[in-house]
Amino acid sequence: MQSCKILVPTGMLGSGCPEEAIERGFSMRPDAVAVDAGSTDSGPYFLATTHSKMTRGAVRRDLAQIIPRQLDAGIPLIIGSCGSAGTDAGVDYVADICGEILTEIGRTAKIAKIYSEIRATDLVDRLARGQVRPLPPSLPLTKEEIESCIRIVGLQGAEPMQKAIRDGAQIILCGRATDTAVLACVPLMKGLPTGASWHAAKIAECGSVCTERLRLGGVMITVTSAGFEVEPLHIDNRCTVASVSAHMLYENSDPFRLIEPGVILDASGAKYEQLDHRRVRVTGSFAETTSYTIKLEAARLAGYQTMSFVCIREPKVLERFDQWLSSLEEVCASWIRDNMNVSSQEYDIDFRPYGWNGLGGNWPPGSGVPFEVGLMVLVTAETSELSLQIARACNPALLHWSGDPSAPMPSFAFPYSPAETPRGPVYEFAMNHVVTVDDPLDLFRMEYTEGGQ
Amino acid sequence: MTTLRDIARHVRSKNAGPFWVTVDIFLDGDAEFERVCGAPWLNPNSISQIFGVNASSVKVFPIPEQNVLKISFPRRYPQGGIHDRDQHSGQQFVLLLGQKV
Repeated sequence: MQSCKILVPTGMLGSGCPEEAIERGFSMRPDAVAVDAGSTDSGPYFLATTHSKMTRGAVRRDLAQIIPRQLDAGIPLIIGSCGSAGTDAGVDYVADICGEILTEIGRTAKIAKIYSEIRATDLVDRLARGQVRPLPPSLPLTKEEIESCIRIVGLQGAEPMQKAIRDGAQIILCGRATDTAVLACVPLMKGLPTGASWHAAKIAECGSVCTERLRLGGVMITVTSAGFEVEPLHIDNRCTVASVSAHMLYENSDPFRLIEPGVILDASGAKYEQLDHRRVRVTGSFAETTSYTIKLEAARLAGYQTMSFVCIREPKVLERFDQWLSSLEEVCASWIRDNMNVSSQEYDIDFRPYGWNGLGGNWPPGSGVPFEVGLMVLVTAETSELSLQIARACNPALLHWSGDPSAPMPSFAFPYSPAETPRGPVYEFAMNHVVTVDDPLDLFRMEYTEGGQ
Repeated sequence: MTTLRDIARHVRSKNAGPFWVTVDIFLDGDAEFERVCGAPWLNPNSISQIFGVNASSVKVFPIPEQNVLKISFPRRYPQGGIHDRDQHSGQQFVLLLGQKV
């Protein structure tokens, strides 16, 4: 029976895989190594700035473990969403580290760099041609919104990576890509079933998250014409029906359907069975072909922020905390308006009482009187200077506000000096949209280099 | 009074992309699963009130084969925006723990 093994060393490049687990994985003769290096989960900052969340040292350590073995085995290494957000700079960052390692071990390798950034003018043209549509709960994009973005990326499907492999690349570095495409591209290339290939990729995308123990490295997926099997790389770890089936739910708004470029995975009829102590077999996954869409991600500047933080233990305040907080918010607003002559349209101020209801939401009342509350105040404005000035204007209230004109003046506890911390520019995600393309390679640029020379 | 916390094996919440939250409720057996399915708050209207979101976009998926309930809804604020207080939505499930079953 035809089969294809994909070694997934870790759920995130830079989080490490024990040496014995990697060793065991390669001894099982995989057909490719695939690993994700990014996510939107850490926020829009990484897309806006192109900074990598994983340190260079951590990424280097993981790659140094993989590259010599992968080249010895003569199999491709595919890395998705390089540098955390899959920006062009993120691809170059990982390419640079690969080059360094190759030079150090005296080897060379053909590296494919597949860039995902999309120019605003290109997207505006596609918008005008009616090719861009919103995903729920978002509204249609406008030209102005596109032009206000700092950076836009499209999520690659499997096809650009497959082209790179066909062109002989040994290390394939993708900009932003769907987590699953990175793992599914080789089984799909080998003609294995679409449903099993995408479902296996979804299960293994986060490495050990589909196993019982999270710190023992990644997993191996074996896709066959009948379905797929998943097992942990480490001999002391297990995959169970519960651990594997639960991962189909993870970070997925729909438990059965997963929309990928050109395909919808339908796992509603999937059967999970325990093959032995450590392995799970999955059959009955289906996929249907749909129009080919590329999901977009973008970041835009939301303003410049300053943070203040103060701790309150005064029982007289904590006993009537909600009332005190409302009066504090009012006095700050009036000082900003009257003393600074700044209107409420020019800034945003957010009071977050940690230890009371710091996460907001409709918290059930009557939780008692806390021992202390840490109050964080975030001011966002168009310039760094304005956000700092507003935060400074609130400083006397954060220090001394009793909320009761007849009470003696309290002094609350600032943990450091100065009490205001500029946080610099802050960003927001700006797109939840897809663009329909004629060719899966349309939006992506490919370059080949010889690494290690 | 029995609450969700008393009978669920595990409850978790997480982002499903920057614009959605998803909550998974894992139950031990069919009886527990049926009990939570019958809870008065397990419908889009009540969920929307608990989390302060629009009822029309709340989705509830019962998965009897796994004794799991999945609830998904758009985030109140997109992830990482200036009003987001829970970047990974990892603490959102706590609002369900005290609900009666």
